[in-house]
Amino acid sequence: MQWLNVILQGVLIGGLYAMFAAGLSLIFGVMRLVNIAHGDLIVLAAYISLMVTQSVGIDPINSLLIVVPAMALLGYALQRGLLNLTLGDDLLPPLLVTFGLSIIIQNGLLEFFTADSRRLQAGLIEVETFQLAQGLFIGALPLIQFAVAILVIAGLQVLFYRTALGRAFRATSDDQSVAQLMGLDTRHVFAMAMALSLAVIAIAGVFLAIRTNFDPAIGPARLIFGFEAVIIGGLGNMWGTLAGGVILGVSQAIGAQIDPGWQLLAGHIVFLAILAVRPQGLFPRISG
Amino acid sequence: MPETPLLEIKAIDAFYGDFQALFGVSLSIAPRQVVAVIGANGAGKSTLLKSIAGLMQPHRGEILFEGNLTAGAPAFDVLRRGIALVPEGRRLFPSLTVEENLLIGGQSGRPGPWTLARVYELFPVLAERRNLPAPALSGGQQQMAAIGRALMANPSLLLCDEISLGLAPIVVRDIYARLPQIMAEGLSLIIVEQDIAQALRASSHVYCLQEGRIALQGSANQLSRESISAAYFGV
Repeated sequence: MQWLNVILQGVLIGGLYAMFAAGLSLIFGVMRLVNIAHGDLIVLAAYISLMVTQSVGIDPINSLLIVVPAMALLGYALQRGLLNLTLGDDLLPPLLVTFGLSIIIQNGLLEFFTADSRRLQAGLIEVETFQLAQGLFIGALPLIQFAVAILVIAGLQVLFYRTALGRAFRATSDDQSVAQLMGLDTRHVFAMAMALSLAVIAIAGVFLAIRTNFDPAIGPARLIFGFEAVIIGGLGNMWGTLAGGVILGVSQAIGAQIDPGWQLLAGHIVFLAILAVRPQGLFPRISG
Repeated sequence: MPETPLLEIKAIDAFYGDFQALFGVSLSIAPRQVVAVIGANGAGKSTLLKSIAGLMQPHRGEILFEGNLTAGAPAFDVLRRGIALVPEGRRLFPSLTVEENLLIGGQSGRPGPWTLARVYELFPVLAERRNLPAPALSGGQQQMAAIGRALMANPSLLLCDEISLGLAPIVVRDIYARLPQIMAEGLSLIIVEQDIAQALRASSHVYCLQEGRIALQGSANQLSRESISAAYFGV
């Protein structure tokens, strides 16, 4: 029963990892941009939520109503004002620019908020638990977080395959110059993709900050978790990304159960093993 | 030409890096007219269409569409003004279904006669295969989808780059047979072709490009075979 508990907790945390990964995967899919600042943007969202909760006096979950649009707006502006200028045939310029952005965000947060570790207080849901069976417990927060992750992934899936914007994303990803010929302003399409990515980041950042302590330096590790979940799941498949997050979460939980020092190591080992056996990921793009 | 031209190109030069592909090319097309551009490989036919569609910017010269300058406008804006290109090699979006490909063309929101239903009426086979991924279509069907996609934008000028490329003659005839139906909606057409006979049959005015220059132009029914082959091959 103890192991079942461990696996269950791993599955639930996997939802959070999938949210880290979804935005990353979206951006790479639409414009072949690897956003090195992704993890730091997650932390930035956490700090924005911290500011909102402190100044407006609402709880972190409600702060999403402000943080999500704010981050989406930031994403749109960032893409139009900076990242679009780096896109071209070469993958390197956007990589370097987002790497620089990562350093700027980290140091900016350090300057503004100091290196103290912070936490978002969400009240009762943080500690509430249900007993599923004898000895099998499930926390309210991880459950909500996992449910939100499924909603986010399902929402992205619907948006990608059922809406005009999603069609524009896929068309632009296929062939940029023909997309332009068909009347799509690719600069705008890219900016919308980045806005969407940062909206997902906002949700992930707030849940991360309720779950655990954060400080300006934890971004890069979240980026790694995101990368690993994307690669395990297979590029271009959102449900695969969720599965990738869950596999990563379960591996970490099992590692931690064996020895607390093995938590991160176990995740990385499973990632490397999957990369070695199935470099295309477990569920590569099915169609589209 | 009695009518005011729909599109007027005045002495454009176009470059790929240091390589000059077009030298002072001028062309004009009236409303409801079909103009053919012929020429050998590398003569600059596709470059000319790309320049009109806004995919390339000419270094010198003017492109006037409905009296307004379009040279310098990006492709998505040129489409919204009413010029749609059927690109060489069809280039449908492979991860989209046939219907999604058509819908992308219609996303510009230009009003006009072309709707999904009209395109399916023109090419019934596309209606049967609307939910298949675009690469599952045969070459001829893909060409129909590419034409349909451009028509969905309700252009007043349609540019067709090498419609017959890589298709069986019977399929090409089948596609050309639909041109009158398309023209009936009042648009103008520029076709680029390697198949000279086909180009002459379909058009009223012909331009022949040779190494980036207009070597010959005239009414399709007045040009002699000899003058065309001289202009085509430069002998």
